[in-house]
Amino acid sequence: MVDVIKASGLVKTYGSVRALDGLDLAVAEGTVSAVLGPNGAGKTTAVRILTTLLDADDGTAEVAGFDVRRQPGEVRAHIGVSGQYAAVDEYLSGYENLHMVARLYGLSRNSSKARASELLEQFSLTDAADRPVKTYSGGMRRRLDLAGALVATPPVLFLDEPTTGLDPRSRTDMWEVITALVSAGTTLMLTTQYLEEADKLAHDIVVIDHGKAIARGTADELKAQVGGERIEVVVGSSADLETARQTLGAVAIGEITVDAHTRRLNAPVRGGASALIGALRDLDAAEVAVLDVGLRRPTLDDVFLMLTGHGAEEPSEQASSTQEEAGAR
Amino acid sequence: MTAIPKAVVDGAVVARRNVIKIKRVPDVLVFSTISPIMFILLFGYVFGSAIHPEGISYREYLMPGIFVQTVVFGATFTGAGMADDIQKGIIDRFRSLPMSRSAVLVGRTASDVLTNVVTIVVMSLTGLLVGWRIHTSAFEALGGYLVMLLFAYAISWVMAVIGLIVPTPEVVNNAAFIVIFPVTFVANTFVPTDNFPPVLKAFSNWNPVSSVTQAAREAFGNTSDKLPPPDTWPLNHPVLYSVLWSVGLVVVFLPLSVRLYKRAASR
Repeated sequence: MVDVIKASGLVKTYGSVRALDGLDLAVAEGTVSAVLGPNGAGKTTAVRILTTLLDADDGTAEVAGFDVRRQPGEVRAHIGVSGQYAAVDEYLSGYENLHMVARLYGLSRNSSKARASELLEQFSLTDAADRPVKTYSGGMRRRLDLAGALVATPPVLFLDEPTTGLDPRSRTDMWEVITALVSAGTTLMLTTQYLEEADKLAHDIVVIDHGKAIARGTADELKAQVGGERIEVVVGSSADLETARQTLGAVAIGEITVDAHTRRLNAPVRGGASALIGALRDLDAAEVAVLDVGLRRPTLDDVFLMLTGHGAEEPSEQASSTQEEAGAR
Repeated sequence: MTAIPKAVVDGAVVARRNVIKIKRVPDVLVFSTISPIMFILLFGYVFGSAIHPEGISYREYLMPGIFVQTVVFGATFTGAGMADDIQKGIIDRFRSLPMSRSAVLVGRTASDVLTNVVTIVVMSLTGLLVGWRIHTSAFEALGGYLVMLLFAYAISWVMAVIGLIVPTPEVVNNAAFIVIFPVTFVANTFVPTDNFPPVLKAFSNWNPVSSVTQAAREAFGNTSDKLPPPDTWPLNHPVLYSVLWSVGLVVVFLPLSVRLYKRAASR
């Protein structure tokens, strides 16, 4: 498959902060790739460089076969962008916003009208079409902004944190919209700090931190890196810890970790539910009082914690300063 | 499509958006037309009670000056508009579209000319009410209006550069105020300059605001034989000097603003 988005060695510094520190990216045609990272990891900077909004200090990038630095006009003609902050005009109506964008993409007057109405329909904004955007909710603004990115049915789409700041309902709506889009064959690169979102929408995930890719692969591959399923047991008394450890040893396929303070045991297993049932039966036979038990599958949160040593939701130390402020209003 | 027609076509789309915005938020237009009316009444009757230029009523003398001051102030909206677009983030949409790199600026400056035209019409009607008259032909008067609008258009490009540099629309207004107030006051706009201290007089004589005002006075016939302008080259050739300044400002500030626009990031 052809890579529609290619970046190699992207570097961007803001003062002493290296927002991007040699980032490589590749997104194959017709696939969805998620760039996952905490605040300040460099996600927005990467999108801004790939969409010609920002020049990289070093490195090269190609989108749809065009060099972002040397052929920015060609790149712009082949992409749609929807940013973290809806780039819509508040005083214009939804229809007027889309009509304007269509005209600026070079569509004729009539095509622009038709396209604007069509997109409003597609994004369930027809009822609000003639209201100024000022009166829209956050979710409606995002949908309108996304509609703006789709005006020219671009083959390559960039969505920068498409659901950040949305309520759960709007987020689910947005996911549906995005899923429908990519099933139509659009190549999509999206950034997100939500692990669930990357898991749900993307084929490939690139985990970035401090402006560098620290892992890449499918969601399953990444999960495999932190290991498979685990049984987690909390026992009733500290005296039972050793018995429980020995009992679990029969089903465990690796080292069992014991946290004496919380009386919690953690055993890697294979076989899912049947391993759990077997372990419970054994624990019961050994007369161990079990307070809580569960089968845990690794989440991308675990992946992130393993790779970076800090959780995805808490900002890394570079985060707060320059880069996010550049995007903040 | 070649670069220039595309800038004009895309610019027209952006200008149309700005006009819609003026309709939705008429405060700006209302403010920019009410304040000159206030100036006409205030200056015309307060200063007019003390200042009596020879051979002409003060209000007739004053009108071209207020016209020029107003259109130059009107041009500051260009800067505030650019800063506002950048602050609101719509600039990211524009910059990611395959549109002309100068279209946002072309559209903005064009719609601000339109605002100035509306302002001039309202002011002219107010002027007629307080006794101002055009004593020449409609053709000459039109020429006077055009010189003023051209100069304001040129100032718009200067303001666009300011709007692209400073962080918020409020700062544009303050920055513009500090520059534009002295430039429009140290001139022949409101009072004859004969009694200015030498430094101010020299500044005034070479100030393009003076030459634009002089050009407008001559075009409308608001002059008096008993009140000749200072005998300097700019004021003896007011139209030529005004046009030279206007063209010069556009030649310098248009490319500069397009360059800044290309790098402008949303804030």
